[in-house]
Amino acid sequence: MAGFLARRLAQALVTIFGVATLIFFLQRLTGDPTYLLVPETATPADIDAMRRSLGFDRPLVVQYASFLADLLRFDLGRSVIQNAPVTTIIASRVPYTLALAAGALLVACGIGIPVGIAMALWRDSVFAKALSGLVLAAQSLPTFWSGILLILVFAVTLGWLPPSATGGISHLVLPSVALGLLSMATFARITRTALLDELSRDYVRTARARGVLPGRLLGRHLARNAAIPVITVAALEISNLLAGAVIVETVFAWPGLGQVTVQSILARDFLVVQGVVLLGAFVTVALNLAADILYSVVDPRIRLTGARA
Amino acid sequence: MSAVSQPLARRRAGPRWSLWAPAALLALLVVIALAAPWLAPYSPTQQNLLARLKPPGFVSRGVTYWLGSDELGRDLLSRLIHGARISLLVAFSSVILSGLVGTTLGMMAGYLRGPVETVVMRVVDIFLSVPAILLAIITVAVLGPGLINVIVVLALTRWPRYARVAYGQTLGVSNMPYVRLAAFMGARAPRILWRHVLPNIIGAMTVVATLEFGLMVLFEAGLSFLGLGVQPPTASWGAMLSTGRNYLATAWWIATFPGLCLFVLVLAVNLIGDDLRDRFDPRAS
Repeated sequence: MAGFLARRLAQALVTIFGVATLIFFLQRLTGDPTYLLVPETATPADIDAMRRSLGFDRPLVVQYASFLADLLRFDLGRSVIQNAPVTTIIASRVPYTLALAAGALLVACGIGIPVGIAMALWRDSVFAKALSGLVLAAQSLPTFWSGILLILVFAVTLGWLPPSATGGISHLVLPSVALGLLSMATFARITRTALLDELSRDYVRTARARGVLPGRLLGRHLARNAAIPVITVAALEISNLLAGAVIVETVFAWPGLGQVTVQSILARDFLVVQGVVLLGAFVTVALNLAADILYSVVDPRIRLTGARA
Repeated sequence: MSAVSQPLARRRAGPRWSLWAPAALLALLVVIALAAPWLAPYSPTQQNLLARLKPPGFVSRGVTYWLGSDELGRDLLSRLIHGARISLLVAFSSVILSGLVGTTLGMMAGYLRGPVETVVMRVVDIFLSVPAILLAIITVAVLGPGLINVIVVLALTRWPRYARVAYGQTLGVSNMPYVRLAAFMGARAPRILWRHVLPNIIGAMTVVATLEFGLMVLFEAGLSFLGLGVQPPTASWGAMLSTGRNYLATAWWIATFPGLCLFVLVLAVNLIGDDLRDRFDPRAS
């Protein structure tokens, strides 16, 4: 187990390092990254001063090393426009995005997993076909459109829920549904596939022959085995939800990471954008790692070392 | 019961509506996009400030706004028809670009192995660990918005998806006796990949490309919605939605119809992708 953990952790660190490198070179795609950080009205003298103060006039290798060193100290730089450290700006937005992602995950699992179970248990029935049609439709919904439709129906027409901005829990409902519907499809599909895979195994036939009741079979035998792929997908979906929040937050004027990213792009505040992307990648890698570890706890076969710690 | 024991052959005879119906719909949208200048009743950029935010069916000085007008008095139907061009153009171009690059690199990694495999697949891992939308957004932030840049950005951010599938498929095919025989008889790598590997993996790649196509439509619309995609006054469904968001209480049609178009297009593509996936990979359904 220790060996497995160490190997997996090392892999995750290499990936994070790779992402940082990717972003560093991405910034230099158009040559001079100074232009990403100055307002469009800046004079050539301003740009020169900025270039020197940010160290973009140094050799590339030196810049790269100092970029990595800053990252190791969790220093994402300072936003010229907001005149605050990027980490502070991001930290102030994280709670909102987390709340939104949690709400969306609740919607996604709450609808997706039961739908997936129903699709597997009654496969080939008209009911299951109808459900899979709905799932595909949900998957094809642009979140910005479903969000707008939700506002139109529940806020503008019916007046049941607030259309946007923050406040109580009622403000969280519509954005969570808009964001969660997309992941709902993923959960429904993976639950169905995982359950169908398990249903075809010998132990299920044996249990059925022994007269184990379907409810008990599902709860005791199938749930644990079928949970494994669902767990991994959940981990991957959380990072998808965080990324999807960029658009949903803009629709609902929700003051999270997505909103600050879009505002920063339009204001040419590149360091904030870069910080959010690095955070997104870090979270994705961390969640993948967590899923793998959880995996190996649920299913000991996955531990390639084969030995228990 | 078991998916594995099912015969791989067609399950039923007769026309396969689950494939043909969405394919016909997609074909119709492509025709509409190609014929946009002749089909659209009016110019998509013609403003009429006397007919701003008018509801569907409004008639003003001999001009009928079948689906209403937007905040500058432009005909919504004409803009929708022209918007189809942007969605389809961006999706087709970015899928072809990223598909070509990704498939080539993936096949090379899977067939040549060694350092090529290590480098390509590590880079793929790195790309795939940044959430796709964020990667697209930061690249647009560097390159700037615009039609060509959106295509480039989508191609740049999506090739790893194809590379990973092509790699896995190629690993399987490379061990086939006929591939080994071809190599033994002196065929070089490019010829083997082109003649023996590609025909075997093209089915799986088509499935990926189809599913990616729907995603690319959504990405373009999303970027345009955020103001990072195609720039005004060019009609893009995503940008129209974004405008419509500001007039929800007074003019519901501006946001509703472009969204409906996007939904129908993506649904058609996803239905096709689903059907193809069942066909090429019965287990993955």
